[in-house]
Amino acid sequence: MLRNGQAGVVGERAWKWGRVPEHPGFRNMSRSYVPHFIHWLGSPPNFYRFAGNVRPWLMAAALVCAVIGLYGGLVLAPPDYQQGDAYRIIFIHVPSAWMSLFIYAAMAIAGLVALVWRVKLAEVIAMECAPIGAAFTLITLLTGSLWGKPMWGTWWTWGARLTSELVLFFLYLGVIGLYNAFEDRRRGARAASLLALVGIVNLPIVHYSVVWWNTLHQGSTVNLFGHSSIAPSMLWPLLVMALATHLYFFASILGRARTGLLSLESGKQWVRQLVTDTSR
Amino acid sequence: MTQFFAMGGYAVYVWPAYAVFFIVLAWDWFAPALRRRRLTRQLRGRIARERTRSARAARAEVTT
Amino acid sequence: MASLTQTVDRGTGTMDVTAVARSSRRPGTWRACRALLRRDFVLAWRRRGELFLPLLYAVIVTALFPFALGPEPELLGRIAGGVLLVIVVLAMLPALEAMFRADLEDGTLEQWLLAPQPLALLALTRVIAHWITTVLPLIVVMPLLGALLDLPMKVLPILIVTLLLATPLIALLGAVLSALAAGARRSGILLALMLLPLVVPVVIFAAGAIAAAQSGMPYLAPLTWLAAALVLAIVLAPLACAAALRIAVES
Repeated sequence: MLRNGQAGVVGERAWKWGRVPEHPGFRNMSRSYVPHFIHWLGSPPNFYRFAGNVRPWLMAAALVCAVIGLYGGLVLAPPDYQQGDAYRIIFIHVPSAWMSLFIYAAMAIAGLVALVWRVKLAEVIAMECAPIGAAFTLITLLTGSLWGKPMWGTWWTWGARLTSELVLFFLYLGVIGLYNAFEDRRRGARAASLLALVGIVNLPIVHYSVVWWNTLHQGSTVNLFGHSSIAPSMLWPLLVMALATHLYFFASILGRARTGLLSLESGKQWVRQLVTDTSR
Repeated sequence: MTQFFAMGGYAVYVWPAYAVFFIVLAWDWFAPALRRRRLTRQLRGRIARERTRSARAARAEVTT
Repeated sequence: MASLTQTVDRGTGTMDVTAVARSSRRPGTWRACRALLRRDFVLAWRRRGELFLPLLYAVIVTALFPFALGPEPELLGRIAGGVLLVIVVLAMLPALEAMFRADLEDGTLEQWLLAPQPLALLALTRVIAHWITTVLPLIVVMPLLGALLDLPMKVLPILIVTLLLATPLIALLGAVLSALAAGARRSGILLALMLLPLVVPVVIFAAGAIAAAQSGMPYLAPLTWLAAALVLAIVLAPLACAAALRIAVES
């Protein structure tokens, strides 16, 4: 009971700090509980400052991981005995494919939060996830195509994975298009969030229907990895690259959300103060 | 070194793939920065216009 | 039904059901849906010229295929099922976009939100009316279009059954997207872009059934899948549609 009472007091202070631009900073808050931190972070000025502080570190970590992963993948890892050096595309292709799904899930979760609790920050994050996800999906499609040409002799096959990825790309484009078709951006964000949720129900259905369709039309079923397990010398660069793309995503989403918040809150006092302060 | 860049004969496929990866992500990284710069310039202009307007209104009040 | 007769008995005794519904202050859900259906049919009838536009579109596109691919009956007959399926999907698109737009502009949707009847049910009624007025004619002329493309006679019934299952499903999915796009400035190609990912599984299973029927294979499995998806969509799509309409109306 005592603990609850204390938490309530701290929560009260956190609420006040969330409203006042001249707060003592999140460092004091970090001694408190995680929910209070999230609540504190939900306020646009706090989030703006926090994201600005964290983002360079995330990007630096992402670059370090990318350098290590690329060195391991391009230099240290031996050529594949079947695919030669062409397999080295997987070090960007596979992490991008993972990211395209991961970001869609992140977008749908943020969209759900935006729809249920109407949190402005969640709307911004959901909508800013879409271009990053579309970028990773585009990378997956293009690098997959560049890999497919030497391996299977064709730029494109209607395999299950490729078709699902293409459908995912259209889902992203639909979300971006719907959001931009609205005059009122908050309403657009809510509508596009609902579309993202419809899409996440649809995605497994698409995948299984395409798999079924592929078994119907035999011929273009190509398994990228075969059935052999991947060698450790090739696996660790892949995992490091996956870590790098995750870190990059978090850095990018924080930057995009900052910009999104700035334009959404452009009439508010904290934005005016920020803009006039940085001009001097 | 040339052996590294030749990629066992697959250089035509491997390097464009890496180029796509870095170009698309560079676009993703710099597009919001450009958007933010444009936005702050617009906001600064709007604030400056509002200030001159209110100053002019104050001056008009003094003269009447 | 049993509970309904009970209330009649407990109430004024000898009155019939419609009289009870008329006398109560709040119109029953069933009556509201029927009124909505009647209104949509009357509106469709007043603008009956527009109902022929999807038909005309389907006939024109069907007629273009022999010119593009050559008039060999074997080739045309082989692709006819899939081609007709895609043509029906494309012909449905323009009407789908306008499903809620006029009602949003003249404020009818706000009345829907205020109505005591569940919004999802009203949306479902609208989808049914939309399907009957714009899609059913397309299915009715399917024998004619099939003849233009030399569709084998044994495939025609399967094609029609497939369309009877697939088009309501597409109309339900399209209603959700149409409601989402209703509040936007202009949709146009946007609806097609949003509909494509949702329609891919439907087209795959519908085309699978048609192709199986054409090659003399068992076609019941994909049809059953379509039917299952339709049942699921009848339950879930109106709910999503209602949520989308709320977003479109609320500012």
